[in-house]
Amino acid sequence: MSRLDPVRGSAEPVEHNARTIAALAVNPGCDRRAVLDAAGVDKRKTARHLGRSGAFGRSPFAQSRENSFADLVKADGAAHLLRLLRERFGLSLSEVAYVDVSDAGADRRAEVRHARTRTELARAAEGRETTGTLFDNPMLKLDVAGYEVYLEPRVIAFQVRGRFHVVEIKSFPIVDDQADAAQVSAAARQSAVYVHAMRCVFADLGLDPGRVSHEVLLVCPKDFANHPTAALIDVRPQLSVLRRQLARLKRIDHILDGLPAGFTLDLRPDAAGTPTRPAAELRTALTTVEARYAPECLDSCEMAFFCRDEARAADRVEALGRSVREELGGLESVAAVLALADGTASPTDDQQEIAARLRHVQLLYAEAVA
Amino acid sequence: MSVLTSLMRARAVRRGRALPVATVRHLHLSPRPLVFVPLRLAGEAAAPLGAMVGADPADPRLLVVPQPRNRELRFAFMAELAEVVLTYLDGFGAEPAGGERFADAPQILVPNPKGIAFIRLLGRSTRFRRPDGPYPVPPSVPRLGTWLTFLAERGEHAGSSLLVALTQALGAHWATGQSAVEDGNLAAQLGWIDPPPGLTGPEAADAAEDPLRTPPAGPDTDPGFDRLVLERSIAAYDESGSPGQVRAALRTQLEPTWASMWQAVELLRRLPDAGSVAGRWERDRTAFTREYRRLAEGGAPQGRRDGAVGAAHRLARLEAAQQEFAAQCAFDDPLAMVEHLLSGKAFRGTVVEVDAARRIVPPGGKRASCRPLVVVEAADPVLIPPGKTVRSPRRPRQRAEILRIEGNRVTLQLLDGMGRAAVPEPGSVPEHGQSVCYADLDLGGGRRPPLPALEETPWTHGGPPAEYVPTDDDALEAWS
Repeated sequence: MSRLDPVRGSAEPVEHNARTIAALAVNPGCDRRAVLDAAGVDKRKTARHLGRSGAFGRSPFAQSRENSFADLVKADGAAHLLRLLRERFGLSLSEVAYVDVSDAGADRRAEVRHARTRTELARAAEGRETTGTLFDNPMLKLDVAGYEVYLEPRVIAFQVRGRFHVVEIKSFPIVDDQADAAQVSAAARQSAVYVHAMRCVFADLGLDPGRVSHEVLLVCPKDFANHPTAALIDVRPQLSVLRRQLARLKRIDHILDGLPAGFTLDLRPDAAGTPTRPAAELRTALTTVEARYAPECLDSCEMAFFCRDEARAADRVEALGRSVREELGGLESVAAVLALADGTASPTDDQQEIAARLRHVQLLYAEAVA
Repeated sequence: MSVLTSLMRARAVRRGRALPVATVRHLHLSPRPLVFVPLRLAGEAAAPLGAMVGADPADPRLLVVPQPRNRELRFAFMAELAEVVLTYLDGFGAEPAGGERFADAPQILVPNPKGIAFIRLLGRSTRFRRPDGPYPVPPSVPRLGTWLTFLAERGEHAGSSLLVALTQALGAHWATGQSAVEDGNLAAQLGWIDPPPGLTGPEAADAAEDPLRTPPAGPDTDPGFDRLVLERSIAAYDESGSPGQVRAALRTQLEPTWASMWQAVELLRRLPDAGSVAGRWERDRTAFTREYRRLAEGGAPQGRRDGAVGAAHRLARLEAAQQEFAAQCAFDDPLAMVEHLLSGKAFRGTVVEVDAARRIVPPGGKRASCRPLVVVEAADPVLIPPGKTVRSPRRPRQRAEILRIEGNRVTLQLLDGMGRAAVPEPGSVPEHGQSVCYADLDLGGGRRPPLPALEETPWTHGGPPAEYVPTDDDALEAWS
């Protein structure tokens, strides 16, 4: 029983996956998101209950494309993948073995599959064989804010010459050796989650976590065909962000200490799962945990529209974007910016410089428009 | 993003309406642009799903791919698109040959930068196709692909107006009360700039963000629409072979954006042309003319990658265009100059002394020339070091050298732009008491880095590249 259970209330915690864990790292300074995620609160349901759900969700077409490409890569004993690995790591034909970790018999429970993954990885790690081994369908485990989260990656772990690599399969194309930067960095963030989880398994087994490489093999369709190609990407920066954020979730106690007694984000679902808690009450509870809204949240957090309403109602400059806030000298509120620009408020000592700048801009603007 | 735009965003919040951040229009706007709103199938790289295209607001052409995974149907779509786009392009190239450039050039407008990226991908996926061989396509398809590639590449040049994303065009002229991220939504941005009667900017933007009321401007469709409508419509096509349902579904997604596009065109049209727009458009016309003639002579599609020299040239061109565009905007528009005034790259002031008759023998010269002295009392801090050459928006062709700066007194020596006579032409020298502005901005027109010719590519860069000839492999590339 954790302190976080009453925060979530009666609902089951939402399951994390690499995508949601990677999203944690996008806005590490946000207490609200930290509490919601640590407690496993269903953010989408919460946002919907507050009437501020955005256009989240994935297209069924994107989903089925992703699945069909992954199936293709892994078809016939991962024939495509073996080819790519041989090319990339310079292995000869006979050198790659294939182990399907999900072949654990009838028992498909996560714990069982995780145990088998550990056994297989340990055996490979101790064996020091020079041949490559491919581990399909591994089940990894990660500690997220005191909860055990199982990750069932579509990825595969590959061991060669004592080093382990994570393989990530994505369905966006690499056209003429170039891929969309935003999609590559999203893939890198997710792969970092797997690298981290695998390193945790290694540390747990008493092995050197450094044997899990920070270089991830990204498998994507080549050009416009369904033919897979691969590239190595370095996920060290993403790993350090992720580690920081996971450590922060462990220190969630500090945030909880600052919250009133009896604080809960329970939606009080009825037997059919429909929330019964008055929205106004939920809103009040949410606003006691501070958010750090930035427009980038709109792409990565289901609560973003709610937080944006709040930021706008509070007249916060940050709602206009972090770069705008920087340009405006870090002033917090729109009212403060305008008062300094109009000269209706007298600046404090550390506002002298930005105040002078704003008045200058205002003057130039008025002259130019006149 | 400049301080000016940031401050105006804050003001727009308070006002509930966007504010102008430009006094003139910095892009060319064709009297007859081709508006193109493409959609693609989610999860696919370059699988077109549909498009609305046309040069007449009252008569859009709706093109759809009823089963986007079907290769034949995709090429049928591309052929249909080619018919519209190539007819439009040919309308500008039908002049008698010989002249340096055609009198006008096409202009294609898309909603947002992602639309441009999609055009580039469509170009890449079709320009190598062939009308003969195992997977023949209509000859118009590779021709369209080559043109789309040309347009996307030309669109990278700052200040070029052949292919324009309207969210960017609007964002360069208005500051809304929302963030740049949210300005990526054309309808929301328009909501702030030109809300419908009875609504404030934020109210209109809010309505525009609801995908049910305002479908996204593409190329990505709303996932909810995909799940609830599109999937079923495509299934209906697979069963019946009639594209009616897909057409009706996509029409609902495209029509609102079509209207937004023309609304944005109208708003931009109300702004007067900036002074340098005609010159930049002339370059666009030259580029279009060259490409048109190259293709008319059977020119090959662009290669997959640039060679070393080609890439260096391209980079130099893009950098020069960027620098020149920034300078021209500042000289055309006092609001664009604000940024440079703040950063100390420009200053304003009043002329307090003039020695118009000054003649000296310039260093290295033989005869005495006009070198009038002008002393300006600067109203802004001057951070430009003496020895630099500056120009004034009032006389952008005249160079003035900063001789010294004493306190706020800047002494300038005029170098040219005064005619050939022994005394400066009337009006070519600033007068006593006049307000002036001088800026250290590069208007371009010179100093290209000396790059070797293609056949002299050094061995460090792979040596002279083989001439690009499209291969059979290129033509047969799968598009699955």
